[in-house]
Amino acid sequence: MNLLLFAQEHSEEVIESSKQGFFSDFMWLVPLLPVLSFFVILFFGKKLKDRGHSVGIAALSIGLLLSLVGFVELAAGNAAVEKSWTWFELGEHFHIEFGMNYDFLTGIMFLVVCTVSLLVHIYSTGYMHDDKRYTIFYAFLSLFTGSMLAMVLANNMMMLFVGWELVGVCSYFLIGHYWEEKENSSAAIKAFITNRVGDTGFLFGIFGLFVLAGTFNINELNHLAEEGTIGGTSLTIVALLLFCGVVSKSAQFPLYVWLPDAMAGPTPVSALIHAATMVVAGVYMTARMFILFEHAGSALDVVAIVAAITMVLAAILALIQDDIKRVLAYSTISQLAYMMAALGVGAYTAGVFHLFTHAFFKALLFLGAGSLIHAVHSNNMSDMGGLKDYMPHTFRTFMIGSLGLAGIFPLAGFFSKDEIIGGALRSASESHQAAAWIVLIAAIVTAFLTALYMTRACVMTFWGPFEGEHEPHESPGSMVTPLWVLAAATITVGFLGFPIIGPFQDWITVPGHEHHGFETLYNIVLPAGATLVALAAIGLGLQLFLFKKWRYDILASPFAWTYRLVENKYYLDDFYLKGIVRPVQYKLSAATYWSNQKILDGAVNGVAAGVLAVARPTYAVIDQQVIDFAVNGAAGLTGYSGGLLRYIQSGNVQRYAAFLFAAVAGFVALFALTS
Amino acid sequence: MTAAVYQQIVFWVLAVVIGFSAIRVVTSSNVIHAALYLVGTLLGAAGMYILLVAEFVAWVQVLVYVGAIVVLMLFGLMLTRAPIGKGKYDNDQRPLAALCAAAVFGVTSWIMIDAFEGKSIDLSGNVRSTAEGIGDLIFSKYVLPFEVVSMLLLAALVGAVVIARRDPSPGADTRSAPGKGVQE
Amino acid sequence: MPVSFFLVLSALLFSIGVYGVLARQHAVLVLLSIELMLNAVNVNLVAFSAYLQDAGLAGQVFALFVIAVAAAEVGVGLAIVILIYRNRASVDVDDLSLMKW
Repeated sequence: MNLLLFAQEHSEEVIESSKQGFFSDFMWLVPLLPVLSFFVILFFGKKLKDRGHSVGIAALSIGLLLSLVGFVELAAGNAAVEKSWTWFELGEHFHIEFGMNYDFLTGIMFLVVCTVSLLVHIYSTGYMHDDKRYTIFYAFLSLFTGSMLAMVLANNMMMLFVGWELVGVCSYFLIGHYWEEKENSSAAIKAFITNRVGDTGFLFGIFGLFVLAGTFNINELNHLAEEGTIGGTSLTIVALLLFCGVVSKSAQFPLYVWLPDAMAGPTPVSALIHAATMVVAGVYMTARMFILFEHAGSALDVVAIVAAITMVLAAILALIQDDIKRVLAYSTISQLAYMMAALGVGAYTAGVFHLFTHAFFKALLFLGAGSLIHAVHSNNMSDMGGLKDYMPHTFRTFMIGSLGLAGIFPLAGFFSKDEIIGGALRSASESHQAAAWIVLIAAIVTAFLTALYMTRACVMTFWGPFEGEHEPHESPGSMVTPLWVLAAATITVGFLGFPIIGPFQDWITVPGHEHHGFETLYNIVLPAGATLVALAAIGLGLQLFLFKKWRYDILASPFAWTYRLVENKYYLDDFYLKGIVRPVQYKLSAATYWSNQKILDGAVNGVAAGVLAVARPTYAVIDQQVIDFAVNGAAGLTGYSGGLLRYIQSGNVQRYAAFLFAAVAGFVALFALTS
Repeated sequence: MTAAVYQQIVFWVLAVVIGFSAIRVVTSSNVIHAALYLVGTLLGAAGMYILLVAEFVAWVQVLVYVGAIVVLMLFGLMLTRAPIGKGKYDNDQRPLAALCAAAVFGVTSWIMIDAFEGKSIDLSGNVRSTAEGIGDLIFSKYVLPFEVVSMLLLAALVGAVVIARRDPSPGADTRSAPGKGVQE
Repeated sequence: MPVSFFLVLSALLFSIGVYGVLARQHAVLVLLSIELMLNAVNVNLVAFSAYLQDAGLAGQVFALFVIAVAAAEVGVGLAIVILIYRNRASVDVDDLSLMKW
């Protein structure tokens, strides 16, 4: 759709159907290959010498290659491809299709997913080497990748939802990989159920869309919303329902609680799923349905405000964590909120660009954390320290990732974060809506906090004395190589979004928002200011954590309650547990059980008793007395009458003769009279 | 007087005899008397045949009926130790029997009177030699019934002998007295 | 001579015979009553024979046959009576009721 616009600018006549790239037709192979590799690894993985990883890596390599080729075709000017096959139909209005829609957004997502997944596959050969469930791990990695790619490729909401749910299921399996510990399986269940809560709203949103528009096809839905065929309050409600799915999947307030606990899974899983790919599904969906959201009244404002709240809360939480993976988890929540906020204020290109860059440096950070954990055998930063000398590669790549996250020039995070802040500023100055101002302020505050907590994390990890037990050593090449690849990506991809000349804004646009968010970079003040904020935070962090000046004992101060609040994660988990889970678990379940026993079983037993109550008198009275009376009575009557009639047989022949003669006389008289 | 009058007188006399004798047959309390009253009835019937210009039938009647059948009856009475003198020979259904008889009489006489009212038999005129005529008929037109009747008589004869024969096994009682052959 | 006289006479004789058959207890007396009935029939036949002079002597021939049959019947009947007397020491018809209920 967007390409058509682009093509219009460069040709005199409107071409009805633009040229499609050869490989673009085959993009459905990209999700199919990992799914097939799932089945292959599942059935044959244990028999292979390498326990299955080669199948996954091969599938993903081909997938990455295809994605690159397809993307190049798109970038060279070919048109987006949409194809669909009908899966089943009910009646004439309800069609469920398999469909693919390969355009720039899909292409970008393909590149991200395939790259990060491939790197995680390679990384895991080292990290999970001693794991006893190596094969099934790779099987699920493949399935997850295939599902994510399918979801991104989907051209209709139903297929998107299928992919959405599948990645949730894979996340459940992968988080619970170390299920021998009860808390790991509990974390997996928590992730799945929390996602389920949001998915309920999401599903109702999809139903609502069908009720309003009569179709599931995404392009059609966007088109209908733009025309105004569907709109008004009902569209707003539908959009908010769709947003429910985003809240759970992309960890916004208040359903982000599963993401920190999901760190119980293996670190490669966290890198792939909970940093780069699965959690951005919500952002992707919003970007896909962006036109619909725009025309859905104040839905985008709600999105923006929720995102603003989330990014600040999560950043504060990241500040006090000891577990390095949790720091990164809360950081992810905060950055996802950044992306959602961007979309909320209309900075479409900026939001997607941040998704793109964040995938790389967050995956880098997680894999680096994995390397650290692998060396120190502990997640906690208090067990680390001074590792810059022991693990140079990990140290350097982790620093690159941290600076990228903090948004320091020329790393990728600088460009994407500034676009978002710029977009918020533009929206605020143009539309003067409160949501945009809130987002602007929150974004700046979060940028500060982000740099601060990353500084803390790096200082605690790499500087100072080593607090652990046995001497750590650098990780093997299979783990370090992906780190460097991602570091290289972090350094370079930022320039894809360079203002004016960068190609990203040509690739990812929506009509009405062309070149938005990038023109503000004409103004040099904004990026300078943002960099200053980040540097200030880094300076503060160094002072607090490295040089240990300006210590402030918060626990003894009157603000101790703030620390307690944050320490207990704003009591949100407690609220869920005591307010929702326990009442359902004990009260609601007990009530349901009672109603099942008493009401349902009572009804069933009552029906049975009723039937018996009818059956017994039927038997006793109707059958025994009435019917048998009739039957026995008939027999008895026959016997009785026979008993009476037998007296005629007196044995006396003369008696018989008397009857005979009387009858003869009678008959003769009868004949005589009638003839 | 005319012949018709004589005929009527003869008829009525014979009718009275026949009627009286018949009634005495069925009401007599002495079996021998009943048999003898039957003789009277039969002779009266023979007279009636003669009146009806059927003398061959009349004399055959006397010969066979009176001479053989009644004698046979008397033999039967003798062999069954008919009691001498009065006895009770009427069973319990006399009223019913009387009713049946009356019904039969009523019906048949009514039909016949109704059918043959006013018709009469012409007893004057040519008297044919009935014996010759009967002989002609029997051996020409009715020869088959004649032969069948003779077969019937043969069968009756043989049957009677067989029925009344004594048990031929040795040691069986050959006396006609009751007691030894009674089976109960 | 009105033919109905003879017919009524024969009817009378027949009905008396019927009475005798039904009312008499001695087996031989029953046979006598049967003879009465047969005689009534003969009278009827001969009377009709005289009445229907065109039919020839068929009635008389029929009467002869009736007499012959009567003779045969009496023979067999008495044989039976004697046999019954021999077995049951009784000629009472009422005693011959083994076929009763």
